[in-house]
Amino acid sequence: MEKRNLTCIGCPMGCLLTVELEGGEVKSVSGYTCKRGDDYARKEVTHPTRIVTSSVYVTGGAIPMVSVKTANDIPKEKIMDIMASIEHVQVKAPIKIGDVIVPNAADTGVDIIATKDIAAV
Amino acid sequence: MSSYDIVIIGGGPAGLAAAASAKREGIDSILILERDTQLGGILNQCIHNGFGLHTFKEELTGPEYAQRFIDQVEELKIEYKLNTMVMDINSSKEITAMNRTDGLFHIQAKSIVLAMGCRERSRGALNIPGYRPAGIYSAGTAQRLVNIEGYMPGREVVILGSGDIGLIMARRMTLEGAKVKVVAELMPYSGGLKRNIVQCLDDFGIPLKLSHTVIDIRGKERLEGITIAQVDNHGKPIPGTEEDYTCDTLLLSCGLIPENEISRSIGVDMEPVTSGPIVNESLETSVEGVFACGNVLHVHDLVDFVSEEASAAGRNAAAYVKAGGTLGEKSREIPITATCGVRYTVPKKISVNRMADEQIVRFRVGAVYKGCYISAYLNDERIIHRKRQIMAPGEMEEIKLKKEQLSGFDGLENITVKIEEA
Repeated sequence: MEKRNLTCIGCPMGCLLTVELEGGEVKSVSGYTCKRGDDYARKEVTHPTRIVTSSVYVTGGAIPMVSVKTANDIPKEKIMDIMASIEHVQVKAPIKIGDVIVPNAADTGVDIIATKDIAAV
Repeated sequence: MSSYDIVIIGGGPAGLAAAASAKREGIDSILILERDTQLGGILNQCIHNGFGLHTFKEELTGPEYAQRFIDQVEELKIEYKLNTMVMDINSSKEITAMNRTDGLFHIQAKSIVLAMGCRERSRGALNIPGYRPAGIYSAGTAQRLVNIEGYMPGREVVILGSGDIGLIMARRMTLEGAKVKVVAELMPYSGGLKRNIVQCLDDFGIPLKLSHTVIDIRGKERLEGITIAQVDNHGKPIPGTEEDYTCDTLLLSCGLIPENEISRSIGVDMEPVTSGPIVNESLETSVEGVFACGNVLHVHDLVDFVSEEASAAGRNAAAYVKAGGTLGEKSREIPITATCGVRYTVPKKISVNRMADEQIVRFRVGAVYKGCYISAYLNDERIIHRKRQIMAPGEMEEIKLKKEQLSGFDGLENITVKIEEA
């Protein structure tokens, strides 16, 4: 039986998790205070994922950048591919939270969406 | 002079939550004063995710979390002024502020909620020797430049201090193509959250050097490099441990300081440990009718707790106004003593008849404690003894005191919160 200790990254609580593995399969997870911790531990030891957040340029908006995120978590090894997919992106104001900025970013099947309202000026 | 029932100083997460809660308690005459061009405060530049799990049961980014509260303020038709700087408040709750449209103006408030937040410790306060070239920023300034203004501060980065903003910026700069060479931390432990060490440093292979500090800065016009060295138990650099790094950017993430110039001008009593006002169970300062919440009171890790605290402050301010300028009769105030590893508590005193059925007491510990207990005593009787796997200065702790337990305790003189070994 293999034991791995993790720190949950779901929220700033940072719960200390212990995962018990046998032959690469998760046998048990302990130490979490909400379901997210359980989910995170199972994913982290098999196929780790992350939400990527960044910002892209806006034209005609009240501020020059709009913050964005991947609508869901993406495989950890794809983080830099996601960044490359928005490197030269420019969007036009107005923008609403949830607007799709890049569909199916880096072929992950996950959209990049806006996380801030930007009024047009 | 215009007058309002409640004036809230600051339109960040604390001010927004306080305003919304006061309005829901039936106060119509509320004004928020905000110095930035938009509401939302520091959340606007905290574009990373992880906000709101406690409040909204979903994981939001900073701007999304802020928008939820901005929407509430708009829906509740709460008045606010942007681009407005509060210059002074006197002990009669007369506010002097200015902006470009109204010029200098005065407002009389019945009650005031202080929600100004905090600012970063600067290079000047850190006494780092060396030249003063361009390329040295506080981590929060760099965060604003990258996330809101759209500028990259540099390409080769060293970060001093492992506060959360520094850790977040280590990742952010890496994602934008910079090389973050090292994060140096003076203390033997990180000042940031564990989750940020995992997802901001470990994920990208960025080394964290504990018990290290910057001892030299090179470059006349632009930063060219720095030297770090290991420090001993007294924080003094150890000769022979120096390491040189070439870099064009140094980010400082060395602590946050509540921004209390205005609180001092009102004349509220201050707590030297937190650099915030001393408050009672109602989050009321030593000046009646003046409340404090959020990072101006004590620096928080979770905005969710800021919102919760601020809602309570707003509710209490509303109760104060509705009762004609009082929170009701005050029973004797019981002091809360923070000792044995507990650095401070918020609140610092409790009037039992005014407390809620369950009173949250928040605090920070002074060092890293493993397998120890958080204990609370009423006089000499221990009423809370809770084991914690690990406690660190970077993570806020809390206990809950029950009103029935306190009111049922004969001859209560003192409440003590401390850390006890197993």
